[in-house]
Amino acid sequence: MSVTKPLTGAQATAEAMRQINPDVVVAYPITPQTPVVEFFSEFVANGIVDTETIPVESEHSAMSATVGAAAAGARAMCATSSQGLALMWEVVAATPGLRLPIVMPVVNRALSAPINIHCDHSDSMGAATIGWMQIFSENAQEAYENMFLALKIAEHPDVLLPAMVLQDGFITSHGVENVKVLGDGIVKAFVGDRNPDRYLLDVKHPYTIGPLALPDYYFEIKRQQEEAMINAKRVYLEVGNELSRLTGNKYPYFEEYRTDGAEAVIVVLSSAAGTAKDVVDELRNEGKKVGLIKPILFRPFPYKEMREALVKFAVVGVLDRSMSFGSYDPLYADIRNSLFESERKPKLQSYVFGLGGRDIFKSEIRQVFNELLSGNLDSEHHKYIGLRG
Amino acid sequence: MVISKTDTKELTKKDVYEVRMHGRAGQGAKSGSQMLAEAAFKQGKWIQAFPEYGSERRGAPTVSYTRISDRVLRTHEPIVNPDVVIVFDIGLARSIPVTAGLNEETGILIVNTPQSPEAIRKITGFKGKIFTIDATGISLDLMKIDAPNVPILGTLVKATEIVTFGAIEEVIKDHFLEKIGKEKVDKNIQGLHRGYEEAKNG
Repeated sequence: MSVTKPLTGAQATAEAMRQINPDVVVAYPITPQTPVVEFFSEFVANGIVDTETIPVESEHSAMSATVGAAAAGARAMCATSSQGLALMWEVVAATPGLRLPIVMPVVNRALSAPINIHCDHSDSMGAATIGWMQIFSENAQEAYENMFLALKIAEHPDVLLPAMVLQDGFITSHGVENVKVLGDGIVKAFVGDRNPDRYLLDVKHPYTIGPLALPDYYFEIKRQQEEAMINAKRVYLEVGNELSRLTGNKYPYFEEYRTDGAEAVIVVLSSAAGTAKDVVDELRNEGKKVGLIKPILFRPFPYKEMREALVKFAVVGVLDRSMSFGSYDPLYADIRNSLFESERKPKLQSYVFGLGGRDIFKSEIRQVFNELLSGNLDSEHHKYIGLRG
Repeated sequence: MVISKTDTKELTKKDVYEVRMHGRAGQGAKSGSQMLAEAAFKQGKWIQAFPEYGSERRGAPTVSYTRISDRVLRTHEPIVNPDVVIVFDIGLARSIPVTAGLNEETGILIVNTPQSPEAIRKITGFKGKIFTIDATGISLDLMKIDAPNVPILGTLVKATEIVTFGAIEEVIKDHFLEKIGKEKVDKNIQGLHRGYEEAKNG
């Protein structure tokens, strides 16, 4: 039995964590992730979950303790944002190589400097190359459901990789929306228990985790890690189908919204995709052939499927909420890359928007569509949305 | 005092009803937006409530938003053309264009002030419907604190009928019964109804 509640994205994430009831949670509070930790700590304090939380003095320690717990055999979780992710970076980068299926909600926030607490994607985009899966959420509902999706993929024996579940800071994390919450029993049955085939507390079968691997073995271990990422792409769809039976929602690599017969399409992640859908509806009513693609699984990136989707369109605009200084912006780079094998390519335009929480308005997305339809494009240079002259 | 539940107005005019609240940190505009959304939620609506976060210090200007709809809400842009603007401190009008985007024919301005709607019209230059309510006065009278958000929701019910008293009362109980007890909850509910009865319309 599911029940709809008015929840913020942060509450929805904490609610998912309550239902997962992990063995260990170690998370150092940082805006705008803080309410995730607050709500979850309340569940712990009130004895609603039997999770052990470990108070620590920094994010570096938070991730270290999470890794230790996961290596010991526990289902362990962390949560962070921005500077917190930056501070725990050393351990975050080690986690995929340790093959620990840690799920970490990341509430996207701009990276310093200048210091800023608001939403952009510069924190998690910086961590897109180190072997964590990344699943983006448009709203509180998706932030909630993606936790279950991520957990089950991460712990799949063919994967065993950590996963970040992303939601937009403040916009999603602090906004109240209708969220359909599954029954506790349904979630419990879906996520089951973590049953690692080996773990440190299994003293009858001792093994080493995190050993030194010099030029003799390091390379092969990394090759295995990539194999796990390839598997994650397949397992994502399998687990998605399973979750779909419980929620009635679909879990594709990316959502195509009104792309049938579209000439101009916008590609954008997370909460801005919701705003763009309203604009697509308005422009469709005016007879304009426009649509939207919202990537959900960002790592591993579904290059082949994205290519097959994109070649149908005449023009594609990619909206990034972060920059990749000195190179193409992160989402744009992947979209551009996905088209290399195709003979037929849409025209491309890269846009940057919303850095440091700058709002994006429907009127601005409308302008982008009009620009895309006008054909005045330059695929080698990005344009800015909402930047003061 | 018994006020019967009224049916909410059909959302036929616009399919999304939008309320923007301007306050000062500490006055409860954020929780006001959230209580309104939750009341609408109880009436089976799709809702959004979200604040703009600035520098977090008591007295600093705040803005918070509520969307209410019969269909799923997807946009995440701030509210540009509100149906209602609620101002918790008219002093804010000196530095912030509180009526920006508010339609002069259909829009409604609600201000927490002992002043008359005519006086507010002079200050803001707004030509549409204005309601004034001394919500701070009601709150001080009943609870000895400056928490105008609940009485002002009573004024909103009078001005729009977008939510029912019953739904708001349930939300007040949900939020506060455990924290502040029945006596104070009852005073909040009295304040809600006084916000309806004592509002001046101009």
